[in-house]
Amino acid sequence: MKRREALTALMATAAAGAMAAVPRVPARAGDAPSVSAACDAATGALGVVIERASGSVLIVDWAARAVKSRVEGLGDLSHASVVFSRDARFAYVFGRDGGLSKVDLVTGQLSARIIQAGNAIGGAISDDGRLLAVSNYEPGGVRVFDADTLAPVCEISADPGTGKRSKTVGLVDAPGRRFVYTLYDAGEIWIADFTNMSSGMPSVTRFADVGKLPYDASITSDGRHYIAGLFGEDGLVHLDLWQDAPKPRRILDGYGRGEAPLPVFKMPHLEGWAEVAGRFLLPAVGRHELLAVDAETFTECGRVATHGQPIFAVVQPGSPRVWVNFAHPLNDTVQVIDARTMAVVHAFKPGPAVLHLEFTPRGHETWISVRDADRIDIHDTRTFERIASIPAVKPSGIFFTARAHRIGQ
Amino acid sequence: MLLSVRTRSRVILLLLAAVAVNGATRPARAIDAARQSELTSLVRQDCGSCHGMTLQGGLGKPLLPMALEHLDADSIASIILDGVPGQPMPPWKGLLSQEDAVWIAKRLKEGFPE
Repeated sequence: MKRREALTALMATAAAGAMAAVPRVPARAGDAPSVSAACDAATGALGVVIERASGSVLIVDWAARAVKSRVEGLGDLSHASVVFSRDARFAYVFGRDGGLSKVDLVTGQLSARIIQAGNAIGGAISDDGRLLAVSNYEPGGVRVFDADTLAPVCEISADPGTGKRSKTVGLVDAPGRRFVYTLYDAGEIWIADFTNMSSGMPSVTRFADVGKLPYDASITSDGRHYIAGLFGEDGLVHLDLWQDAPKPRRILDGYGRGEAPLPVFKMPHLEGWAEVAGRFLLPAVGRHELLAVDAETFTECGRVATHGQPIFAVVQPGSPRVWVNFAHPLNDTVQVIDARTMAVVHAFKPGPAVLHLEFTPRGHETWISVRDADRIDIHDTRTFERIASIPAVKPSGIFFTARAHRIGQ
Repeated sequence: MLLSVRTRSRVILLLLAAVAVNGATRPARAIDAARQSELTSLVRQDCGSCHGMTLQGGLGKPLLPMALEHLDADSIASIILDGVPGQPMPPWKGLLSQEDAVWIAKRLKEGFPE
């Protein structure tokens, strides 16, 4: 075949192939999912808002700035938190009363629910998405469940050898199928490694005497730094999980400079702490200040006086800005701080009892829960303007599904 | 006592600082229906952040009648106003009056209203 003929033949075949790809028979109803059903199965722009007083959650769509549905019957949701399944289809809601609920974001139904303890504070999901760990106050310790079925996998009593289980706080997932958590009463940090479960139990590494009354902890998004805040002492504890044999060390010792702390009407949350511009911004306990810690040396590199005692300090994705809310009774205000200069660049008063805030994954908007106004406010982060409000009953935590793919969330 | 203006203003500043830190007890105010509603919401929502909204405990102790059997209302009121040194329980006297605290303590003993 001559070259030109070959080329023509090839083109004809390609054309026939292209034509064949276009369906010639009109589609009948029922042949395939409708376009709207297909969209309803997408969860990438969804989230969950806790309605703490009514035991319900709202399934929300941040792209549409709208509520999709309400799911009820989740028990006592004061201090509830949420993690997501690896495919972001299910939200696991950890309730105060030990309830663990699995909510289907696509159908808006409660697909499983257990009461796993008498009193719980939060949970985490393993890096492979198969294990859920819950941090308990009563009876203390950590219980672990299968993420698909919520069937029990094992229990770690968190008894430091005193015969008494410790309340556990600051439970996070860490790379390598590990969970890291802190013993509030005992002042210890434990790492439970679930890579080898042939004995039915994880291997546990303990770090004793890390400090008095560690009240919360968090892990950086690179899975490296675990930091626990202390209530009973003027400092924090740092653990570098990238080291072969991590050793806890005290950081920011004496950050209160010997001054008497102010009354703490609400414990700060280290979850969602800001990690930006080569530094970490951490709330000071009993002080109206946010502390900046150098991310390399872990020494203080600045501080800023704030409106009240910070509760959450959350970095706006893609910016040096950290948004901060405050403890009762100064909890009607949000301040925005530039982490480079440690200056307050904006402040506003959304209303009574601002409890939480969550950014859209790339930071263009933020959702703020205003508990006593029964409202979620949505702000444009560039102009700071409020662009929408959504009614919600005593809203607290806001969790978007982008968390499904982040370490420590 | 004779003090220079500077010293006097320092003393005043120190006093103000002491009030800010320790919190002077809030002046008495009648516990009318409006105040009762405020206090109920405060206990459920804000005490609830440590003690649980249903008061079954959390980082803080449970505040249900059974858990408070060993304490009389006045002792509970003192804990509310003065806090527990060395523990996270803060002194609420900057925000609550003696009457507020006693009202809360009595309601806790009998089962706190919703």
